[in-house]
Amino acid sequence: MIVANNLTKRYPGGFDAVRDVSFQIGAGHMVLITGHSGAGKTTLVKLIASIERPTSGSLVVNGQNLSALRRSAIPYVRRHFGMIFQDQKLLFDRSALDNVMLPLQIAGLSHRETVRRAQAALDKVGLLAREKANPIALSGGEQQRLAIARAVVNRPTVLLADEPTANLDNDSAHDILELFADFNQVGVTVVVATHDQSWVEHCRGNVLRLDHGRIV
Amino acid sequence: MRRWLSQHRAAFRLALRRLVATPLNTLLSLLVIGIALTLPAFGYVALDNLRELGQSASGVQQISLFMDTAATKKDVAEIENRLRAVSTAKFTFVPRDEALKRLQKSDEMAEIVASLPRNPLPDAFIVEPVNTGPEALEVLRQELAGWPKVAHVQLDSAWVKRFDAFLRLGKLAVLLLAGLFGAGLVAVTFNTIRLQVMAQAAEIEVARMIGATDAFIRRPFYYFGALQGALGGLLAAALVLGALHLLSGPVGELAALYGGSFVLHAPDAIDVALLTGLGALLGWIGGQLSVSLSLRQFD
Repeated sequence: MIVANNLTKRYPGGFDAVRDVSFQIGAGHMVLITGHSGAGKTTLVKLIASIERPTSGSLVVNGQNLSALRRSAIPYVRRHFGMIFQDQKLLFDRSALDNVMLPLQIAGLSHRETVRRAQAALDKVGLLAREKANPIALSGGEQQRLAIARAVVNRPTVLLADEPTANLDNDSAHDILELFADFNQVGVTVVVATHDQSWVEHCRGNVLRLDHGRIV
Repeated sequence: MRRWLSQHRAAFRLALRRLVATPLNTLLSLLVIGIALTLPAFGYVALDNLRELGQSASGVQQISLFMDTAATKKDVAEIENRLRAVSTAKFTFVPRDEALKRLQKSDEMAEIVASLPRNPLPDAFIVEPVNTGPEALEVLRQELAGWPKVAHVQLDSAWVKRFDAFLRLGKLAVLLLAGLFGAGLVAVTFNTIRLQVMAQAAEIEVARMIGATDAFIRRPFYYFGALQGALGGLLAAALVLGALHLLSGPVGELAALYGGSFVLHAPDAIDVALLTGLGALLGWIGGQLSVSLSLRQFD
């Protein structure tokens, strides 16, 4: 469960990326955050993932008030989220498998368990055969699926994605959408920020439309 | 606990991989660290050998106690008992007849000794104190001089003081060198790790976003610094051992020319372990300073 009350994020210089936003996302739901470029979608996703701290208001995720979180507690909260970034943020100095292993290494799992779960996640997104490949050798769609494997490998309760189909062709975008729907069906809360209207058309989730930082 | 250990093992493996991944950079850094540690380490070993040489050199840091020529066997026995009671010194008794025989063996003195009507030499004790500091030697000399039937107590205090002052100066110089080059080692590690943090910026950024703690991010850099320092320490030990091996022959020949023998003492396993540990500690400190400053850009 994600509950936001009068959430505001003001950046230095006085720009309000998110203004007085309130919403509620039930556990296991799928929600799309839409809006034009600069509407505040990315900032809202970052606030939920506790990558950014709110300037005012409250944000409660799974009963935990993120606004009042100590700095040292933030990394542990982030582990409950699976994050998929617009630019994927894959590491090109290591294999696909090593990329997916990173969240499990951070969680301190044994090497054997880390490899086993990373391979299972790669299998889930159809990339097990490419586990040794460097991400740079993968297509755009494969890179996005690899990013999804890394996001879900730690079995997060919430999957957060920022423009996951930007720069993808229609087929690849459709595959990604299907993957999100699969995860949502097994109870994972999915929050996707996108300006892609095809998501709204094909997705049965709720829609939060943002404009200049406000819900409209 | 198992997770904590697992993370430390992973960090250590990662640090090792980073060392091996850039062999030329690693080699150059190790050379700089190794040479920086070699100079004070060699100075320490040289001073240790010099102290040993000073102690083993004939007559140095020994006290000669000469009995009154009128002293009886009972008087000599009394002094012997008193010396035995002094636990801080070993001693050797040289009877006056023995001393005369030694003089007779000397080419220059044989003729003079033969012309003497009677043995003019006193009974004597050669005392070798355990504490060879100039103050301790002087205190012992004064104590011995106050004993009954002791005619003269000889100590080359000026030489002892000069030698001690030289050793103290040497120690200070080695300490200054160690401090200077230790700071150099920290600086080398600082810079190497700063470059590494810059090279790993993408990984650090991603790791933070997906829940890595500061400790998780810092740990491999600390291990890297410590490993680099430890390997530098080992290299320094190898360089010192190599230098001593090269010097041992000429030093032995020089000692033989002065009618003695001297073997250079190499650092033992404990010294090597200390040098390695010191390198690791300084590397760790360099890593800690560097990571603390470099990671601020990610906050």
